[in-house]
Amino acid sequence: MAAIMAGCRKYFAYPITPQNEIPEYMAAHMPEVGGVFLQAESELAAINMVYGAAAAGERAMTSTSGPGYSLMLEGISGIARAELPVVLVLVMRGGPGIGSLENAQLDYFSATKGGGHGGYRNIVLAASSVQELFDLTQLAFELADYYRVLVMLLVDGILGQIMEPIEIMPFSNGKTRSLPAKTWALTGTGRQRPQNIISTMLMREDETYQWHQRMAVKYQKIQAEEVRYDSYCLEDARIAVVAYGMTSRVAETAIDECREQGLPVGLIRPISLFPFPYQFISQYTHRIEGFLVTEVSMGQMVEDVRLAVNGRSEVSFVGRGGGLLSHQEITRGIRELWLKLATK
Amino acid sequence: MVEVSNKMTVMPGLRKIYGRPQSLKDVRTHYCPGCGHGIIHRLLCEVIDELDIQGRTIGVSPVGCSVFAFDYINIDFADSLHGRAPAVATGIKRSQPDKIVFTYQGDGDLAAIGLAEIVHAAVRSEKITTIFVNNANYGMTGGQMAPTTLLGQHTTSTPTGREAGAAGFPIPMTEMLAILPGVVYAARGSVSDPPHIGKTKAMIKRACKAQVDGAGFAIVEILSNCPVGWGMTAPESMEHLSEVELVYPLGVLVDRSAPPRQPSPPEGS
Repeated sequence: MAAIMAGCRKYFAYPITPQNEIPEYMAAHMPEVGGVFLQAESELAAINMVYGAAAAGERAMTSTSGPGYSLMLEGISGIARAELPVVLVLVMRGGPGIGSLENAQLDYFSATKGGGHGGYRNIVLAASSVQELFDLTQLAFELADYYRVLVMLLVDGILGQIMEPIEIMPFSNGKTRSLPAKTWALTGTGRQRPQNIISTMLMREDETYQWHQRMAVKYQKIQAEEVRYDSYCLEDARIAVVAYGMTSRVAETAIDECREQGLPVGLIRPISLFPFPYQFISQYTHRIEGFLVTEVSMGQMVEDVRLAVNGRSEVSFVGRGGGLLSHQEITRGIRELWLKLATK
Repeated sequence: MVEVSNKMTVMPGLRKIYGRPQSLKDVRTHYCPGCGHGIIHRLLCEVIDELDIQGRTIGVSPVGCSVFAFDYINIDFADSLHGRAPAVATGIKRSQPDKIVFTYQGDGDLAAIGLAEIVHAAVRSEKITTIFVNNANYGMTGGQMAPTTLLGQHTTSTPTGREAGAAGFPIPMTEMLAILPGVVYAARGSVSDPPHIGKTKAMIKRACKAQVDGAGFAIVEILSNCPVGWGMTAPESMEHLSEVELVYPLGVLVDRSAPPRQPSPPEGS
């Protein structure tokens, strides 16, 4: 619904659990707004249809889960090279291979570090509620058009499945960006202008070098201007839990519990996973003695937190490979970190 | 003197009967000497000019030798990852339904890695046109076996000749596609000699016209030569095409694009 409100009129996808609610919604509602819903023959085809629609200047999106995402990486890499604005929703599920349908946060590395071949970046946004997912979906189309990049909404399996009340309204982030006209789009020359070419090649002399130089500038701009995060009880905290997505809500319960027992603990919640809020975290290292990273994985985002902390504070980790982290597990992690800091 | 193109002038009283199509750029190609792609590019551009669709045609090039087709054909173009051209063309056509969208694909691209994409574009009867150049090997990567390689044909990955027991049989793509109800036009031509080239152009024109008329999926397979991949001189490779034509028969396989014919008058009337 948020995608259609944001002007998305082309949606291509292949069925995969746990995200089938999205294509089913699109199948029912895209025709109402004169849009296109097309069930592709595979995720390979779906992402390449999105490539075609985006190349033709449309707001286009797809959605998938782990195994489908692995297939889509070919097209995602091509979209990155061609600098096409695309929105992709990745609802994470458990394990490599076919894996499981359990809740998980196992695709952080693949999502934020490129995933496919060739050294590219996508903007990656992680919501912690249905409302925020609704808002970020609209933002995603704006960012995609503004920067000509793929914007990924990285969604925990459980967030992809739950229902929550939301307020339906057009998203405003306070910025009024003028989005660049898509003069590069394939619309036919009309014999009025030189041909437009959308290419995933870098075969000309020096082209690979030049492309990466140009992308470095673009990615630096994204890192400077598009960092998003949230915090909870951080004002007087000496320990910070770092968590994204639904895990952050479990962490909030653990923090409330620890606060009742007098432990000065707060929460840092990265919303943009690329660009990662390195600076926001590192500015607290003078006051926060320990960071507890918690994820439904065996430790992925924790590597970025360690980079941000850079050895100036303690970093510990609580995680599991799939399923749900309990607030008791996180509370135990906070207590252990507190004891470790006290005996230092 | 009358100027008929930027590089040619004609004396008064003379008539221009042959020239470069407007859609075809006046540049040298990167294709090997004797390669059939040049002929096929030209045929396609003649058709684009004759149908007067240059300004509203969008091409999708494949992975393979013809990936640089946009350097030669002066229209909007996207290149596509290996085999995915029909999916990319689907995305474009569904976004720009009033445009003429074609894919230009080789046999490795279309008949191996892109099999699912071409079959399902045909199943959906996407309103696109596919130019399928079959030269029975992977030209760009160095002459490896393709699904279309003839039995006994020597390639760099079948050094003793393709043997059915190990590598299967040549794939009759266009026959396979022609049985699908979504295919409105399917034909196979060849560039082996001028008469065949003329017939092939008529097929391309019919396939493009089908799209202009709003019909569904159309494909023209074109048997083409690959002198370097086949280890032959250009004339030898042209002659060898007659062997390829024995495996892949020429002709129109299906034409559902034609308007329904008037019923013939009853006998005796």
